[in-house]
Amino acid sequence: MKKIFAYTDGLTRLPTHYCPGCTHGVIHRVVGEVIDELGIRGTTVGVAPVGCAVLAYKYFNCDMFEASHGRAPAVATGAKRCRPEMSVFTYQGDGDLASIGMAEIVHAANRGEKFTVIFVNNAIYGMTGGQMAPTTMPNQRSTTTPFGRDVNLAGYPIRVAEMLSTLTTPAYVSRVSSHTAEQTVRAKEVIKKAFQYQIAGTCFTFVEVLSTCPTNWGLSPRESNKWLEKEMLPYYPLGDIKRPEDFEGGQHAGN
Amino acid sequence: MAKVLMKGNEAIGEAAIRAGCIHFFGYPITPQSEVPEYLAKRLPEVGGVFVQAESEVAASNMIYGAAGVGMRVLTTSSSPGISLMAEGVSYLAGAELPVVIVNIMRGGPGLGGILPSQGDYLQATKGMAHGDFDLIVLAPSSVQEAVDLTIRAFQLAEKYRNPVMVVGDGMIGQMMEPVDFPEVEVGPPLAADDWALTGCEGRSPRDVNSLFLDANDLHNHNVKLKDKFAVITENEQEWELYSCEGEYDVLVTSFGMMARICKTAIDVLAEEGIKVGLFRPITIKPYPYDACREAAQKAKRLLCVEMNMGQMIQDVQLATRGAKEIDFFGKAGGVIPSVEDVIQSVRETLAKTGK
Amino acid sequence: MPQIKVMVERCKGCERCNDACPQEIVKMSPQMNAKGYQYAYVVDGSRCIGCRMCAISCPDSAIEVFVEGTQYEFFAY
Repeated sequence: MKKIFAYTDGLTRLPTHYCPGCTHGVIHRVVGEVIDELGIRGTTVGVAPVGCAVLAYKYFNCDMFEASHGRAPAVATGAKRCRPEMSVFTYQGDGDLASIGMAEIVHAANRGEKFTVIFVNNAIYGMTGGQMAPTTMPNQRSTTTPFGRDVNLAGYPIRVAEMLSTLTTPAYVSRVSSHTAEQTVRAKEVIKKAFQYQIAGTCFTFVEVLSTCPTNWGLSPRESNKWLEKEMLPYYPLGDIKRPEDFEGGQHAGN
Repeated sequence: MAKVLMKGNEAIGEAAIRAGCIHFFGYPITPQSEVPEYLAKRLPEVGGVFVQAESEVAASNMIYGAAGVGMRVLTTSSSPGISLMAEGVSYLAGAELPVVIVNIMRGGPGLGGILPSQGDYLQATKGMAHGDFDLIVLAPSSVQEAVDLTIRAFQLAEKYRNPVMVVGDGMIGQMMEPVDFPEVEVGPPLAADDWALTGCEGRSPRDVNSLFLDANDLHNHNVKLKDKFAVITENEQEWELYSCEGEYDVLVTSFGMMARICKTAIDVLAEEGIKVGLFRPITIKPYPYDACREAAQKAKRLLCVEMNMGQMIQDVQLATRGAKEIDFFGKAGGVIPSVEDVIQSVRETLAKTGK
Repeated sequence: MPQIKVMVERCKGCERCNDACPQEIVKMSPQMNAKGYQYAYVVDGSRCIGCRMCAISCPDSAIEVFVEGTQYEFFAY
């Protein structure tokens, strides 16, 4: 019997603490598979966030940092600048990256730091129990928007990928999803491409991965996949948003 | 090595390079911006890395990343910037990462001022950030000592895997004095074979982390950190006694640049036959309590002189445990007590001893 | 003949594999694993085409896919 789909060496064997149906697990597996298949596990260091993925340092089967909330891009900057030959990635949630860590991600992207960011957008704070995130949808209920997110008071959800692509510095910025198997296949392609750009030393790479949160959305795993498709996809379009090949030497930088 | 006239901030940057540190992550803030400016020019010359961070918060996490992959690393800032680094320092201590942080102190609180101060003593030595942890804190009183202590800071940081802070003040940062840079035997990058995250090729993965969700694990980690600091306290205390050989009625306690001004005052008083001793801690953490107590025994009364509203005096009180009365003389906000100010306050203290 | 193997103790009964299977042969077992989750199982192994969609959708890396002889690769993964 030949194994055509195996447990990836990119992950440790530790069962995760994630809730049933939470696609953090899928994204972990895809990133693990990419690191393993590119043969870089032995020369990779990852940076775990604070949030549901705070224990990611126990799941990824490579050297890992645990960063303070929102600061993973800064930790990754320190690591990559000191050991450029290593592959460095951060794995962050929407509260971590788009709220407290917004300055860090914007400036890491703007400096063109040559590491890879996996940004998991599930429109909620999971670990702390379901509060609003910068990516929470209008009218979406959370424990801090009990009547639904009021855009007049809490503004609209932030499209981080688009926002980062307005920076002049070359980068690879893409958005994928993990809510179906088909989208997960696409997500793996994009994440692999991001790591390949890094290995080639091309540019800063950023992959936003839409993800589900059954527990804090108050839905079953199946309903969560549908909710993501119906509510989040229209607002967060999938696809490559910025590629290093599109860079014309900064001419379009307003002159 | 020939002496060279150098501004304190630049000398600190050069000292770091001589100590084998060629990675710097920092942010501009008066009165220490010459360190990043100097290193932005110098580090490329030695194949190093200079990054201007977007904030001190980011800088404190960048050095976490750099030290975590086993590189000597420096950041420098000034009072408000150091406050922004507080959370990062707690993580650095929790994850036991060797880094050097230099604080060129300025007047506070709040935006305060940009002139010299010693107003961050308690922050550095007692309450830098959340949780039980201890920094090693060194306090130079001249540009040469700033060079020596910066080099010492890297050695201590590596020896104990503990963040080390060097606290100067605006004068030390801005003053120019002749310095010479001692030859330093620099080892390879840090602990690649021990704990640094250099890639798990040929070994099992490691992590650099300060998270311990299990209470017992975290308690045991705290015990380990405390035990480590006990060893540091045992071995690394440094202080200077000035004019304490014979008898003296008053012992002045002071640190950093302020202590130097006190020495001049003591010399002037000695010419009048007034014998005054000076106790100057060089490591303000671990504080040399025993040495301070011993020096205090010979005096009738103590005078603590600082450029703040009274912070190190708490440690002098701890050292002497009420055995001696302690007067305080201090100025904050960037006002620098003059030699005459110190002489006058010594006379007042002397008067209280009935002399 | 392709077949899948479910690591029963890793399964959290989230049914993602159930929804992903184009052959609709992956269901949730009436039995529970040690953690009390009704784990995934194959109701009719003969109809398995080895497409790997169940394994790809699994958040807990609980499914491995095997094949006897050659296997048509529907898509690269």
